[in-house]
Amino acid sequence: MLLTPEESIQIQNRIGADIIMALDDVVKTTITGPRIEEAMYRTLRWIDRCIAAHKRPHEQNLFGIVQGGLDPVLRDICVRGLVDRNLPGYAIGGLAGGESKDSFWRVVAQCTAALPEDKPRYVMGVGYPLDIVVCSALGADMYDCVYPTRTARFGTALVPEGVLKLKHNAMADDTRPIDPTCACMVCRTYSRAYIHCLVTKDAMGSQLLSYHNLYYMMKLSRDLHMSIIEGRFPEFVCNFLRIMFPKGDVPEWVCNAMEVAGIDISSCCSPFSSSQD
Amino acid sequence: MKFAVKAWSNGSARAGVVQLGNFPHPIETPCLLLSTRKGLPFFISPDLLPSLPSPDSHLLQVCPLHFLEGLSPKTISNSGGLHQMLGLHDYGLAAVTRDSIQCLPEYNSTNKVGASFETPCGRLLIKPVEYMELISSMRPNIWATLADEVPTWVSDKRNRTSVDRTVRWLDDCIALSPAGGAVFGAIVGGSNVEERRRCAQEVAKRNVSGYWIGGFGLGESRDERPALLNTITDILPEEKPRLICGLGLPEEVLQGVASGVDLFDSVYIYHLTLGGFAITFPLNGVDENESNFQLSDIGSDRTKINLRATVYRKDTSPIVEGCSCYTCQNHTKAYINHLLNVHEMLAQTLIEIHNTHHYLGFFRAIREAIKTGNFEQFHRQFIEGRRNCVAVAAVHA
Repeated sequence: MLLTPEESIQIQNRIGADIIMALDDVVKTTITGPRIEEAMYRTLRWIDRCIAAHKRPHEQNLFGIVQGGLDPVLRDICVRGLVDRNLPGYAIGGLAGGESKDSFWRVVAQCTAALPEDKPRYVMGVGYPLDIVVCSALGADMYDCVYPTRTARFGTALVPEGVLKLKHNAMADDTRPIDPTCACMVCRTYSRAYIHCLVTKDAMGSQLLSYHNLYYMMKLSRDLHMSIIEGRFPEFVCNFLRIMFPKGDVPEWVCNAMEVAGIDISSCCSPFSSSQD
Repeated sequence: MKFAVKAWSNGSARAGVVQLGNFPHPIETPCLLLSTRKGLPFFISPDLLPSLPSPDSHLLQVCPLHFLEGLSPKTISNSGGLHQMLGLHDYGLAAVTRDSIQCLPEYNSTNKVGASFETPCGRLLIKPVEYMELISSMRPNIWATLADEVPTWVSDKRNRTSVDRTVRWLDDCIALSPAGGAVFGAIVGGSNVEERRRCAQEVAKRNVSGYWIGGFGLGESRDERPALLNTITDILPEEKPRLICGLGLPEEVLQGVASGVDLFDSVYIYHLTLGGFAITFPLNGVDENESNFQLSDIGSDRTKINLRATVYRKDTSPIVEGCSCYTCQNHTKAYINHLLNVHEMLAQTLIEIHNTHHYLGFFRAIREAIKTGNFEQFHRQFIEGRRNCVAVAAVHA
């Protein structure tokens, strides 16, 4: 099916969502060559067609999507072009593919620095809890990802320490909840052992784990929000990293990104520490 | 568990109440036990269970064999028993080995040592000792003793053996029985009236709280069933409840009720849900819509509709107009049709909610008919209504 910008906007007008997305030309970040530039310029041409085709601009918010691969020059042209159109919000697209984390955060940082302060920034396809914390530190506001529910269907739970693989035989007689600090219906009611006997075999296992994982993501968002409002965001980030990386082995890309974001996480990083056992 | 008969209709049909220790409201019978997989419904998540009619939806059937697939009896014990592990503190759990879906009695491999079942983790031989270990760790409200269920086409000798074994295992189970939980003695005997009588007589002598009638839905014909059922229920004491497995279809349930059975399991809901079918038969047996016969082409009739059919793609009406279930109150046939087409699990969840709700309504209609003394008429009207529907569909095929 070949979808045109006009068709895309027409369908979205009929569906009636509060936020609708422009049709962009997405390319994989792992490719190189002129295709990336072609996609970026096409995205800019298409945003004008989307704006023209949008029949309900007062009820539905049309977000533009920044493309340009991993090339800062292309990204810059795209951001300027979209900002010129004065859209209700902006998405950072084309990431969440196979690119390295180091490339990924730099593109997000460049875009959030250039996009208007008073409009939402939506990083599409992100993602892992760690990625969301980093992107939030860099100034992003909205995210979407299949990860929590997909990983649930494969028997993996999201926990503050990272992930918990419920399929593991060690779970078969573990009567603790998935996450003792989680207040969701699943963690309040069921044990790891019971979920273990359900996962990957019964639909109910997928449902219960999805429920927990989504609750985890929503709690993470709420905690990020409150920590910013209450002026303790850096402490929140440090605590988050400390629990996820108890040995202090925070990945280098996270350290670099936090430095650019102006968040001091030295208290939970110990890259060359000799005081550990 | 306490049980009492409250009303009789013409014949043996009776309405009663079951009172469980952990649930304050009495549950009226004849009653449907909801099928579960490892203790929870197949698709209805635990937070949606309370949206089903209460208290009728509070009796769940649990198959102990499901837990052999990954949970040891010790872990179940450590979790505090099933109610605790499932978070279903105010639900009644009835443990029965037969779930008619995935754990099927393998009568050829059953021997004097134990009962054999085909399960998702292979063929298992369960001895009374092992069975009782599971029951003790699970602590259900009600549990049936281990039985040797055979289909109707086995030899007389095999059938006789199944009765002897079942009675012997009944005594073994009772001897090992845990302090709590109501024991239901298992009655088998195939389609042999004499063996059914013999088994019922033996079991009636034992000190049990109720009776589990097994071996039905395994090959007997609809015509021979009433005689077999009546043979059993005529012998059993009236004041103790009778639970049957294997009679799932509405007509079969009615036969069971007519013979004096109180509790039923049913795989009807599950199979329809999996197939994408929603139950629509009118609960009072009388259908106002005479004109929908063309739907028979797509597997729909006045009993059920096939939500995968393209005719529902734009149908923005609920499955059953006026149904108060979550699905009908919030969603349309078109939406469920779409979910089925894109293979979303939500389809099964929504359909299972509606089907369960509707079937519980059927049982409520049965109870009303008994209480007003009209059961025989209700039964007759229902069967005639179904026959007409099939005849009309055949004429227009």
